[in-house]
Amino acid sequence: MKKHIRIASGQGFWGDLQSAPVDQVRKGPVDYMMLDYLAEVTMSILQKQKRKDPLLGYAKDLIPLFDEILPDIAGKNIKVITNGGGANPLACRDAIFSAAQKHGIKNLKIGVVYGDDILNDIDAFLQRGIALDNMETGEKLSAVRGSLISANVYFGARPIVEALQQGAHIVITGRTTDTGLTLAPMIHEFGWHWDDWDKIAAGTVAGHILECGGQASGGNFTGNWKNVPNLAGIGFPIAEVYPDGRFVVTKHEGTGGLVSSATVKEQLLYEIGNPKNYITPDCIADFTTIHVKDIADNRVEVYGVQGRPATDSLKVSMSYFDGYAASSTLTYAWPDALEKARKADEILRARLTAQGLRFDEIRTEFLGYNSCFGPLARGGEELNEVVLRVAVRGKDKNAIERFGREIAPLILTGPPSVTGFAGGRPKPSDVIAYWPALIPKMAVTPTVEVVAL
Amino acid sequence: MKIRLLDIAHARSGDKGDTGNVGVIARKPEYYPLLVKYLTVERVQEHFTGICFGPVERFELPNIGALNFLLHNALGGGGTRSLKNDAQGKTLSSVMLRMELDIQESV
Repeated sequence: MKKHIRIASGQGFWGDLQSAPVDQVRKGPVDYMMLDYLAEVTMSILQKQKRKDPLLGYAKDLIPLFDEILPDIAGKNIKVITNGGGANPLACRDAIFSAAQKHGIKNLKIGVVYGDDILNDIDAFLQRGIALDNMETGEKLSAVRGSLISANVYFGARPIVEALQQGAHIVITGRTTDTGLTLAPMIHEFGWHWDDWDKIAAGTVAGHILECGGQASGGNFTGNWKNVPNLAGIGFPIAEVYPDGRFVVTKHEGTGGLVSSATVKEQLLYEIGNPKNYITPDCIADFTTIHVKDIADNRVEVYGVQGRPATDSLKVSMSYFDGYAASSTLTYAWPDALEKARKADEILRARLTAQGLRFDEIRTEFLGYNSCFGPLARGGEELNEVVLRVAVRGKDKNAIERFGREIAPLILTGPPSVTGFAGGRPKPSDVIAYWPALIPKMAVTPTVEVVAL
Repeated sequence: MKIRLLDIAHARSGDKGDTGNVGVIARKPEYYPLLVKYLTVERVQEHFTGICFGPVERFELPNIGALNFLLHNALGGGGTRSLKNDAQGKTLSSVMLRMELDIQESV
C-alpha cells in the first residue's frame, strides 16, 4: 500500500482554466487527477449535441487536453478520472484512444461508466411506482413530462472503483458525483470498506474541497485576497491522502495562489445546506466534525471527519425546456447616468407594451449601481457611468426576438450619452430548467466497461 | 461599537436552485462567539429584504468558526430561469459582509 496518494484537481467546471490540468501533471508529483465537467444543466447541452451527431455528446475540451497530457500521464503513471463523458462516454473513450494511438502509447486501458442516462426509461419507472417528484417542491413529474430533455442518475464512487480495480488508467463517466471522482482512488488504493463511514466521509470532504479547482487555492477568496501571490499562475489544489483518512490540502511548489485554512474553509462552505447532512451516494458526511489546521505554508491538514451510512436513494438530475430568454445592455455616462438609464428602461417598456408583447418576466438592473446589492445599494448620484441591463423570459419566441430589436433604437431615440452596443442584437436562448428527484438505488445499476488499446 | 461584518469575517456564497447559501467564517477564533450572538436569522432576514423572498435558515459549524445561511427564493428562480445578472448568487457573500453590527464587545 502506498504511504499516501496525491489527488490533483484538474478542472472545476467545463470552461475552467485550460492550463491547470497540464500544470498539475507537469509541475510536481501526482498519482491521480480528477476533472469535473458537469454542472447541473450541462447534460442537456450534451444531449442536444448527441442528437445532432451520435459521435458527440461529451465535453469536447477533453480531447485536446488528452492530446497534450497523454505522454505525461503514461510516462508518470498518473491516472485520470473525469465525468466529461457526459451523454456519450463511449464516444469520448474512442476519441481518446485515437489520440493515444497518435502518440504511440501502448497498453492504455480506459474504463467507461455509464447507465446513468434514464431518459428513455421514465415511463417504466413511473409504472413501477417510482414517482420522480421534484424533491425540492414536491411537484409531480407530469407537470414537465412533455418537455424533459435529460435525466441522469448521480452514481457515486462505486463504479469508478470497479473500473480502477479492473486496471483502468483513465476512467470516463457520465453523470457521477464530483466527490466520487476524488473518493474512488482512495478506496481503490487503501482498501477502505464501503461501511468505513468516517473514512468514506473524509474522502468525500476531500472531494468537495477539490471539486471547484482554484476556488480552494486562493481564487474567489474574500479573506485577504490582495495578499494572494501570483493569481495569474494559480496552482490548483492537491489532496495528499493517508490510509487513515486524514489528508493535507496543498499545491505544487512554485505555483501561484494560496492554500490556507481560510481558503479551505471558504470552499468547505460552498454550496452546502445543512452541514450535518452532506448527502452523497456513498455516505452522509458531517461537516460539523471537520477540523482544519495550517501545518506549513500552503499545507492544510484536514482531520476528524465523521460520517454516517449512505441513504437508499440516488439523486436524479433532470432538465426540461421552459421557454426562451434574452438580455441586453447599454451604457449611460455622466451626468445623471442613473436617471438616463432609468428613463431608457421606461421608454423600452412603453414600446414593448405598445407592440402588445407579453413576457413571463421582465427584469431591469443597473450594473454599477444595484445589481448586486438591490435595496442596499448606495451612491447613485454621481456615477461616472452605469449599465442598463434588461432581461426577458417567456414561452413566445417571437416576443423574445422582438425584444431584441428594441435595444439598438434607444441609442438614437432615447436619452443621451449612450454606448456599449457592440455585441449586436440579442438572440433568444433556450431556458433549461432543473428538476431534481430521487430514485431507489436498487432500481438502477451502472455499467462498467474497461477496454485496452 | 458599530462594525461591519467584513471586519470580523469573510464569506463564500453559492447556489442550489433558487436558494443562495452564504458561509460566514470568523477571521479569528475569538470572533466566532460574536457571529453566533449577533448574526441571527432575524438580522440576516432584515438585511436581505428585497433580495431574499423566502425563509432564512442558519447552521453553526463551531469546528471551523463559521455559520452557514440558506437564503430561500433569493436567486430570481435560480439557474437558467433566473434573469438576474447574479443568477448564481456569487456576490451574496459581499451583500452579507456589508452588514453593520452594533456590538457591545470591543474588537
